[in-house]
Amino acid sequence: MGRVGFGQLLAVFLLPAASVSAESSVEVLARLKAVGREGEHNEAAARAWKKVVGQGPAALPAILQAMDDADAASANWLRTAGDTIAERAVAAGNSLPAEALEQFVHQTRHNGAARRLAYEWLCRVDAKTPDRLLAGMLQDPSPELRRDAVAAVLKQARSQLDKDDKDAARAAYRRALTGACDKDQVDLIAKELDKLGDKVDVAAHFGFVRQWLLVASFDNHDDAGFNVAYPPEKGVDPKAVYKGKDGKEARWIAVTTVDPYGMVDLNKALGKHKGVVAYAYAAIESPQARPVQIRAGSINGIKIFLNGKELYHLDEYHHGMDVDQHIARGTLKAGRNELLLKVCQNEQNEDWAQEWKFQVRLCDAVGAAVPFTRTHSKTDNPPKRGEAKP
Amino acid sequence: MKRLLLSVILLLLARPAWAGDWPQFRGPGGAAVSEEKGLPIKWSATENVRWKAELPGRGVSSPVIAAGRVYVTSASTYRERRLHVLCFDAATGKKLWERQFAATGGTMCHPKTSMAAPTPVTDGQHVYALFATGDLAAFHRDGDLLWYRSLLRDYPDITNQVGMAASPVLAGDTLLLPLENAGDSFALGVDVKTGRNRWKTPRRREINWVTPTVARFGGKTAVLFQTSGDITAYDAANGAVLWSYKNDKLGTVPSPALLDDLVIVPGNPSVALRVSEGGNPEVVWKSRKLAAAYASPVVYRGKIYAMTGIGVACLDASTGEELWRERLGTGFSASPVIADGKLYVAKEEGDTSVVELGDKPKILANNSLKEPLLATPAIAGGAIYLRTEKHLYCIAAKK
Repeated sequence: MGRVGFGQLLAVFLLPAASVSAESSVEVLARLKAVGREGEHNEAAARAWKKVVGQGPAALPAILQAMDDADAASANWLRTAGDTIAERAVAAGNSLPAEALEQFVHQTRHNGAARRLAYEWLCRVDAKTPDRLLAGMLQDPSPELRRDAVAAVLKQARSQLDKDDKDAARAAYRRALTGACDKDQVDLIAKELDKLGDKVDVAAHFGFVRQWLLVASFDNHDDAGFNVAYPPEKGVDPKAVYKGKDGKEARWIAVTTVDPYGMVDLNKALGKHKGVVAYAYAAIESPQARPVQIRAGSINGIKIFLNGKELYHLDEYHHGMDVDQHIARGTLKAGRNELLLKVCQNEQNEDWAQEWKFQVRLCDAVGAAVPFTRTHSKTDNPPKRGEAKP
Repeated sequence: MKRLLLSVILLLLARPAWAGDWPQFRGPGGAAVSEEKGLPIKWSATENVRWKAELPGRGVSSPVIAAGRVYVTSASTYRERRLHVLCFDAATGKKLWERQFAATGGTMCHPKTSMAAPTPVTDGQHVYALFATGDLAAFHRDGDLLWYRSLLRDYPDITNQVGMAASPVLAGDTLLLPLENAGDSFALGVDVKTGRNRWKTPRRREINWVTPTVARFGGKTAVLFQTSGDITAYDAANGAVLWSYKNDKLGTVPSPALLDDLVIVPGNPSVALRVSEGGNPEVVWKSRKLAAAYASPVVYRGKIYAMTGIGVACLDASTGEELWRERLGTGFSASPVIADGKLYVAKEEGDTSVVELGDKPKILANNSLKEPLLATPAIAGGAIYLRTEKHLYCIAAKK
């Protein structure tokens, strides 16, 4: 049985009678999900791929279900198998198991990418699929389905604007905003609502952390500091005074950003330095334990820690910056959580290599902000001398 | 009779890419030269267009053509998270198949480039597609998946947030992958049948876009990998270093060009190396006249043609002496290609200049498609294939 779970096996048994033999399907799909690093088991997966494609449209529901617990690489083996079946069936004038596919799209417990795939196969055989399904998907956990649902509401809002019905347009944009997680859509909504006299708190919508404690500078000569665990990585004491780069004292300062995208400019907050490491710390209160994505943007070398555990690193400098560029996956505890960022500046002297900044937001897997508050316990308060608003 | 016919068909299908095919970035051997003749000189979005196909999303990779099929990659959806490999019938433009992947690596890149920046490579029977996300796949010509790898799963510290764009190449049954980047930087030789590693060797840790070049040295098939600090020939079969030339002023985008035993290495200055039987590279000449930002130089009939900031320069390949220059405008992201004594130069705004080569150049036409055009043209089967941001054009006289 390998990595195939009981639930999945049960699900396959519950498929319509027209579907392929459950046992063979599970075994074949298991081989697609068994591909390892550096091409391990590729040969067996290739044979399984041909076999499952040969099973035709009846295999589609099982392929989709197999994506539920597949890793990203295995999911792509499954995706191409399903897509190939659908493409060849449509080209040959054969039908797809539309009812089973539509059921699958509606079942939000399934993998979002798999549900999106089922939706796209339905769209191939029924052009009215978007009209029928998207209306109920504004809060969908599949980012792609949700994005299209938001786009559909935006189209309605535009139409209301064209009719000069501003109240209806405002209501439609507000409705779209409840689902919007992608920056381009949120930007558009915020701009249109602003024109209608309705201000959007973009930072709150995205879940950007706006209040931080910052400390610098630690040595990053020759980019070596990226892999040096300076004292803040061993535990944050906001009142601590560290021995920083060149023996200079380093103290925590409090910073609040008013940037709509939560940007903290370290050159402004800490002074311009090269070849240095800064840390940013925020104590986060979560109302419940939950999975979280810590999404950051930074043009600098960056590490992300949650509750003392490193979740993400990228040691690259001055090659671009964007919202959600770095994604760390972790778990928030109920109550207090400690979020720590390491933001490294290198020693390049070109004009385009001077930025030193970051932004961080907390969201779920689809990109919607998760509820949190920034805690302010007594121990979090550094000396007041450093308050700054970049 | 049927069995004989089947045998003939199988024999034809089993052969490597045809001589007139365009199997990889910059065509056969990466030389950017086609033997095709009678190609159109003038065209527009409607004139001399045999067919035109809409592509999903966008991309800057070139099409490759072999055995009557055109393969091209594309990237779509928000932040180019969806990757596509498409196959078209070269004669009619009919889409034969399309496969998709979800990106498994980051999709951050400079707005000029795309996750569909590396050009695929084909041996006529199979096509191998690499994306800037590190997703790598091999398909049979009929669209069956042979294997797939997520290189970011295998090597999570690969990173180039400007966007990876160097293309894979083939040497026999080894697929050669340029994965020089700012993190885990290496060159990789992969078994085409299984997708498993044959060899992996560390490379300079910097972002880089040079497509490797396959060549013969000392009776061995070598692959040349170039960064700003070196050009190194590796045995394509096992990754052993055959020779290396170190110089901190070499280019990080244009590919080298070959002429007999000369290796012309783009840089500032560019360097012509002669590699002895023993594998020692000797500098024959240096020139600052070959300083293209993105476009690779092309060697044709003893001369080098290289893009400048505003046009093309022609140099004597044996001496590096400049013979002439011609203004063609600006915006040369694509590399020039040559066929039938004519240079085809694609420009970012969608124009392609056709220049007759000789002792003096003659501009024959400037053909506009009025769409962003950053991909290097491909030439095969009496047609010029131009991949704009959103379309694939087959430029040829209508049959």
